[in-house]
Amino acid sequence: MGFEAKATIMDGDQIRRAVKRISHEIVERNGGVKKVVVVGIRRRGVHLAHRIAEYLERIEETKVPVGALDITLYRDDFQVTRNIQTRPVVGTTEIKEDITDKVIILVDDVLFTGRTVRAALDELIDFGRPKQIQLAVLVDRGHREFPIKADYVGRNVPTSDTELVEVRLTELDGRDEVILGEMRE
Amino acid sequence: MNRQIRKDLLGLEGMSAKEIGLILDTAVSFKEISERPVKKVPALRGKTVVNLFFEPSTRTRASFELAEKRLSADSVNISKAGSSVAKGESLRDTAENLEAMKIDVIVIRHGSAGAPHFLASLLDASVVNAGDGAHEHPTQGLLDIFTLREKLEDLKGRKITIIGDIAHSRVARSNIFGLVTLGARVTVCGPPTMIPPRINDLGVEVETNLRRAVEDADALNVLRIQLERQKVSLFPSLAEYANVYGINRERLAWLKPSCLIMHPGPMNRGVEISQDVADGDRAVILEQVTNGVAVRMAVLYLLCEGAQKEKAVEVDEMEEEKADSRTF
Repeated sequence: MGFEAKATIMDGDQIRRAVKRISHEIVERNGGVKKVVVVGIRRRGVHLAHRIAEYLERIEETKVPVGALDITLYRDDFQVTRNIQTRPVVGTTEIKEDITDKVIILVDDVLFTGRTVRAALDELIDFGRPKQIQLAVLVDRGHREFPIKADYVGRNVPTSDTELVEVRLTELDGRDEVILGEMRE
Repeated sequence: MNRQIRKDLLGLEGMSAKEIGLILDTAVSFKEISERPVKKVPALRGKTVVNLFFEPSTRTRASFELAEKRLSADSVNISKAGSSVAKGESLRDTAENLEAMKIDVIVIRHGSAGAPHFLASLLDASVVNAGDGAHEHPTQGLLDIFTLREKLEDLKGRKITIIGDIAHSRVARSNIFGLVTLGARVTVCGPPTMIPPRINDLGVEVETNLRRAVEDADALNVLRIQLERQKVSLFPSLAEYANVYGINRERLAWLKPSCLIMHPGPMNRGVEISQDVADGDRAVILEQVTNGVAVRMAVLYLLCEGAQKEKAVEVDEMEEEKADSRTF
């Protein structure tokens, strides 16, 4: 049993362009980045958040704070069985800024059921009362189970619910790519 | 079966370096929660924890209770006075009645060694030993090791000296088991009447001379002289103990400049540790207390998660994949 790749949805260049475009959209929509804090969801969302913050800093020439959320303790599937291999180790949340009245750009790699984003919203609100939370994702693959919608999308990918989308990033996986695949027996 | 997470936490004896590492790594993440504006996460929502304390405690009990509350578990506190134990109810009956109310975890402190083990064999609920007689106090051992690891990083080859009544100390025993497993060099020091025979079998050095015991130590763990456990007198007087084994300002000169000073509390200031040393800049005594909450949160979280897993008969592969942080 394992992950079987079927197609490359995005290569390194396409990922770079998508992240850059999202960054420009963030600046345009918020009239700059004055109150913007970029918060990534562990693990790959954090790396994407750093990349977006870097573009924002280049475009607007001001420093943009970056945070990291570990949503393990806010998951709704604690009661659902998971084996030891896939059980996420509890990571650390780092929100150093006071987020009250800030515009939070929440960043994740793939938007699927919306449950991760739900958990992230709950956790964020425990840190203060942001003016707005906007959602940026590299890939939206559909199949939402909650009323959640992304504000910035790198690419929309229609998938069947048995397919898997795997995002690989240089920081963790040695290269940038998005792969569509399936689990095979 | 080599389970990474057990049903119960009864002691550090026999626990692998990997298991200890998992608890400490998890505690690193939990430490941050106590710094947040809202010091609470929903991880153990709907779980019920009973704190069953047959012996007095401030720190351990408050620490467990805060850990439970910060994980959103519901907790109930029972102490000896004011409960049916005072009417003569047996430990077994007390525990079985509590379990009949559908609880998930029992945290127990008891004057008799082995009381938590007895409950663990009897109940489906997870049992956490919060100190059993002179046997073990595993969460104290873990928080001491957590504090040491935070300051010294790798404990391999580090010299840790435990000073005081080794024979009656559950803190010493848990520290010894954990530290030896992690590869630290442990020296115990105290009056010969307080050093149990054959303690070297646990892999520690014995040194009755304080100066030699603390030389080149990376940390001292100064134990409390437990007057309540002293049924016979093991040393002539408190003043005499302070004279020979007390850690005071003059004796700091014997230590490496980087040597840390720990104490599990409550302190007898002026006996095993002097006022100025306890409040001095080498002491990490209050950091130990802070870390205690994080370590207990990690233990409760891992036990509840482990118990959940055991109930699982079949595992849905797709659910597995959704749970992975990478694939969606």
